[in-house]
Amino acid sequence: MINQNRLHSTLPGTGISWKKAWKRDWELYLLLSVPLLLTILFKYGAYPGLRIAFMNYLPAKGYEGSEWVGFETFRKVFRDRDFLLALRNSLIFNFAEVIVSFPMPIILALILNELKIPRFKKVSQTILYLPHFLSWAIIGSITYTLFRTETGLVNNFMINTGLASERIPFLTENLNWSITYLAVGVWAGMGWGSIIYLAAISSINEELYEAAMIDGAGRWKRMWHITLPGIKPTIITLLIMTLGRLMGSNYERLSAMGNVNVKAVQYQLAIYIYEKGLASGTGFSRATAVGLFQSLVGLLLVLASDKFAKALGEEGMI
Amino acid sequence: MRNRKNILKRFTIADLIMIFIIIMLCLTCVLPFVHLLSKSISDNSYVLAKDVYFLPKGLNFEAYIAIFKDGQLTHSMLYSVLVTLIFTVLGLVTTIMAAWPLSRKRLKGRIAFTFIIMFTMYFGAGLIPTYLLYSRLKLLNTMWVLILPLIFAPYNFLIMKTYFQSNIPASLEESAYLDGASNIQILVRIVLPISKPILATISLFLAVGRWNAYQDSKFFITKKSLHMIQYLLSMMVLSASETEKISISEASLVTTTPEVIQAAAIMFVSIPVLCVYPFAQKYFVKGIMIGAIKG
Repeated sequence: MINQNRLHSTLPGTGISWKKAWKRDWELYLLLSVPLLLTILFKYGAYPGLRIAFMNYLPAKGYEGSEWVGFETFRKVFRDRDFLLALRNSLIFNFAEVIVSFPMPIILALILNELKIPRFKKVSQTILYLPHFLSWAIIGSITYTLFRTETGLVNNFMINTGLASERIPFLTENLNWSITYLAVGVWAGMGWGSIIYLAAISSINEELYEAAMIDGAGRWKRMWHITLPGIKPTIITLLIMTLGRLMGSNYERLSAMGNVNVKAVQYQLAIYIYEKGLASGTGFSRATAVGLFQSLVGLLLVLASDKFAKALGEEGMI
Repeated sequence: MRNRKNILKRFTIADLIMIFIIIMLCLTCVLPFVHLLSKSISDNSYVLAKDVYFLPKGLNFEAYIAIFKDGQLTHSMLYSVLVTLIFTVLGLVTTIMAAWPLSRKRLKGRIAFTFIIMFTMYFGAGLIPTYLLYSRLKLLNTMWVLILPLIFAPYNFLIMKTYFQSNIPASLEESAYLDGASNIQILVRIVLPISKPILATISLFLAVGRWNAYQDSKFFITKKSLHMIQYLLSMMVLSASETEKISISEASLVTTTPEVIQAAAIMFVSIPVLCVYPFAQKYFVKGIMIGAIKG
């Protein structure tokens, strides 16, 4: 308390004039100016470029020479079959991800928490975090090495041991590819995702477990009635955050695992934007319109998720 | 510690099953690399016969020799290390420059400044406007397009700011202030020395993030010598995904099969991460915990 009072005498709060604030903290403002400039130059500097979503932008003519078309580009995009396919694929895969990938770190954390040999627990955690440190280029390369039809390790193993009589096209058939894609995602994110849940579990009151043990509750009962309710807030917060990313699309991941045979399912928003925009050079306006649509929906989803989380009495994330 | 007294008494079937599951999961992380390593140092004939699993057969380092002779990957490795180093140093400095001032409650305007920074995390302009901006700034096809736009990231800023807020009380600052220290002196002499854990964490976030990302190489750079090594790997292996063959150089293809070269290339690119990550991961875990408090 004493500190607080002295503090106010020497370092008053924000309720002072800009002149006084500058005089006292000019060094801080000077420091801040550099990252602020970077933000304005590289992030805000790109926003004006969004106007080409409302133009018929031709790179040769530039901003000034291209004509304004209002919402025409958007109307075209929403009738564009490629866009609808990309949108549909993105949504389906993101929903599948929520169902398949979201619960895995929770289950893993519950298992890790039950391990009774501390050294084993520590070493296995370290190993399970490894995929988080690998680029999608490496993960994609590994996937191909393991799952190629003709030369992949898994197929070789199954044929040589007689587990399968035919080679399975893991990566060249739409459904197989989708499953492999999601499974690799689970593998890549599981270990890392468990960290937050493990931390939440470790903050649960020990006495609850002791009391339950005295009452004769077994392992599963304790898990169900103490651990899971204990980490429920964390689960809800992370679930909502995941839902906030439903419109997302990861170019590196998609391209690292893609190939011509599975275009029908691999074609998602990030691929659409790259191929229509940069790769072809003619669809700048369309690609920008889709990017803007994606950003806006993403922003709305995040805001809605945050509101929802706060309404549920959880801590928001903004 | 609740389990300690029961260790001996209650080692049940369920425990064994869980240990088994965890071991299997760990194997999925380790075995692919064992396989790649074995393949990369095996003799072609065994690889062609699909006979190499987790042990090398007919020891042979020609694939690695080919990589060094060809020079593309080794050049790119050095270049990527350089880019990552510059990126990490500049990134750390700029993150401190924003996180320290905005972590001080007394700073007038801090809520507005914080909002300006954080807004960009939730609403991006997208690929094409970004491309056009870099083009106007003459950044395309330079090393700096891989560095300058990304060194200051809102997420890192948020984590560091949270750390400063909860670890450097105003009272600590105030005593130095009364002794006549300037804001800069307080930051450099007092705050940074006691904030080493967060500095390590953010440095690693920056370094690993830069090292692993490669879509900007694809989008903004056409000169091969300026590409990050991850992008070269993705081109080598993935454009070859099912049908085409990879091309390190024609000469090396004579002596080794593409598959062996691919395995060696993947190992070559993975080795730096595999070496660093056992030491780095504990700082990462710390960072994610701070970020989880509000992030």
